[in-house]
Amino acid sequence: MVLPLFDKLYDAPINFIIPRHEQGGAHMADGYARASGKVGVVLTTSGPGACNLTTGIANAMMDSVPIVALTGQVRTDLIGNDAFQESDITGVTRSITKHNMIVKDVKDLQQSIREAFYIAGTGRPGPVLIDIPVDIEVAKCQMKPLTEVSLPGYKPQVKGHHRQIKMAAEAINKSEKPVVYVGGGVVSSNAAEELRAFAQKANLPVTMTLLGLGTYDQTRAESLDMLGMHGTAYANYAVQECDLLIAIGARFDDRVTGKVKTFAPHAKVIHIDIDPSSISKNVAVNIPVVGDAKYILTELIKEVQHKERKEWFDKIADWKSRFPLRYDTKSPNIKPQYVIEQIWEATKDRAIIVTGVGQHQMWTSQFYKHTKPRHFITSGGLGTMGFGLPAAIGAQVALPDALVVDIDGDSSFNMTLTEISTAVQYELPIKVCIINNGYMGMVRQWQELFYNKRYSKSYLKNPDFAAVAEALGAVGITVEKKSEVKNAIAKMIAEKKPCIVDFHVEREENVWPMVATGKSLHEMDGLDIFESMA
Amino acid sequence: MKHIISTLVQNKPGVLAHVAGMFAARAFNIDSLAVGRTDDPALSRMTIVVIGDDKVVEQVRKQLEKIIDVVKVQDFAIKDVIAHDLMLMCVHAPPEKRPEILALVEMFKGKVVDIGQKFVMVELADTEEKLEAFIEACRPYGIKNLARTGTVAMAGFERTEIADNQ
Ligand SMILES: Cc1ncc(C[n+]2csc(CCOP(=O)(O)OP(=O)(O)O)c2C)c(N)n1
Ligand SMILES: [Mg+2]
Repeated sequence: MVLPLFDKLYDAPINFIIPRHEQGGAHMADGYARASGKVGVVLTTSGPGACNLTTGIANAMMDSVPIVALTGQVRTDLIGNDAFQESDITGVTRSITKHNMIVKDVKDLQQSIREAFYIAGTGRPGPVLIDIPVDIEVAKCQMKPLTEVSLPGYKPQVKGHHRQIKMAAEAINKSEKPVVYVGGGVVSSNAAEELRAFAQKANLPVTMTLLGLGTYDQTRAESLDMLGMHGTAYANYAVQECDLLIAIGARFDDRVTGKVKTFAPHAKVIHIDIDPSSISKNVAVNIPVVGDAKYILTELIKEVQHKERKEWFDKIADWKSRFPLRYDTKSPNIKPQYVIEQIWEATKDRAIIVTGVGQHQMWTSQFYKHTKPRHFITSGGLGTMGFGLPAAIGAQVALPDALVVDIDGDSSFNMTLTEISTAVQYELPIKVCIINNGYMGMVRQWQELFYNKRYSKSYLKNPDFAAVAEALGAVGITVEKKSEVKNAIAKMIAEKKPCIVDFHVEREENVWPMVATGKSLHEMDGLDIFESMA
Repeated sequence: MKHIISTLVQNKPGVLAHVAGMFAARAFNIDSLAVGRTDDPALSRMTIVVIGDDKVVEQVRKQLEKIIDVVKVQDFAIKDVIAHDLMLMCVHAPPEKRPEILALVEMFKGKVVDIGQKFVMVELADTEEKLEAFIEACRPYGIKNLARTGTVAMAGFERTEIADNQ
């Protein structure tokens, strides 16, 4: 029950967006947080409302996104009685929140809320849930003057250890073949500018994880673009050959490392991270530096020297020229990669790009050139289909004047498309480009490659998405010819209303390169396919 | 290797579930767990015995530290601490065997806490090894019931902790 809270919201100066589904609400708070760097908030009723949040909370947890979820709860004296719409939401969300709590005394309410925002937004950010029984919602309490939050069990380390920083700098200055490997932590820490200065001063090539994209300008020569399962050949080769790997705000996820045993086999590893538990979790680290990336990079910049490393950069340039990302540009059909390239051409670095999960997400990471932090919003750790549209809405709320484009999959979009109504109601002019292959394409790709083309349940009969959009009050456009792609994108950008463009793309296109499960990072499939297109 | 992880946690509802849940979610094994109050009413101490290689135990420690309501984590190697379990045992003790059993209790510095017609109840607080030895010594008489607390531990004086992360 949250009616008493809603009654207060009736005339509160808070921008409140009412979503169509609580999962959408959680993703909106998430998109808002990622776009703005501030804590996003979501409020739901108890029981079903709270349970509907779980996917969104888990998503924020995996990607370290600061949100605060407020849930109503049944009266304190009814807790534990299987009361109407009761669920033990702190129990349910314990492993998918950074912290959660139930407030059973109104005297604790103010402090709990302050702690929740503090915990969500500091250290390694993450979701915090506060469960508030309805009798606490209506109880009165005395507001206390604000004091610093101090929690005995929570003291994030911001400043790195000076000796560790010195050691890291020495290793960097000595290295002949270094690679910087950047994750979402650099986004959270707002350290893209420091990263640029660091890499350019020391002369280092930079590769990024899916969540790290945007921290280093991909139009620059020293960008190796994304590494990992669907990373570029030149990033993966560079990691496998480097003598020093400088990991910053990244966590050696299995989608990044491939076979862990053979990951970066010649490299000494420096790991800069605010979360000590990330260090040496998957890959042994030689020089750990615990602290905030922004602070540590600022210190490192003072210590590192420029080094030419001509041989290494020549080698990288050679890989880049031999193995660029490719697709069949001559095809008369609409290739998904073509659509994404055209979106890039039309928006350059002014758009906030959001995605669903699947092949289209990988193509967006590959074929859109990400240049600025907080301009690429995607579900990495949990890989949550349906994230795109609500996250785009959240981003648009954070940045009302921005051009927010959700590049979505047909199947992902189907999961949360009800939120079009929300965008319409609040006049949020989000854009959606559906890369419609009529398949759960990523599933189909695995079935093609590993299950003998048995496309078991990966086909969906989709609605006419443009008609659905129109029915819900948005603008809908269908694109079936390659010659119409550019115009449709231009029209979409000019549109003042929420606009959904349904691109009917090549149906059985695959994402390449690919490091199959169990393979080492340099054992990529698909490079021969690239060669045949050269 | 066996590690004793001693943690100070906020004395709040849900903290035990949080700690136990973390172990389950991350597939760490708990060998024993003892929870109790401390001299500070705001804090409880959880003593967790974990078996695992150093890498696993390091992750256990870091993941514990990450829990907001966990205030302090200490990781002891088993040899560096005073580590005791409390055991209550009900052992079959007919009159003709009783002197032998009482001698055993004496030898192990245990205490008889209740006496019945056929059984005696013995309390013993000591190291795991001593407790195991006592159990083996009593087994031939017939053990009816046994309850143990799990290990509680403290660093011994002049001994070093492996990691004391304040
Ligand atoms: C909520 C959820 N359910 C299932 C999956 C597993 N999954 C990963 S990709 C994918 C298919 C995505 O299809 P679509 O959105 O059309 O994108 P495409 O791969 O075709 O570009 C599925 C089912 C998931 N990631 N998330
Ligand atoms: Mg699809």
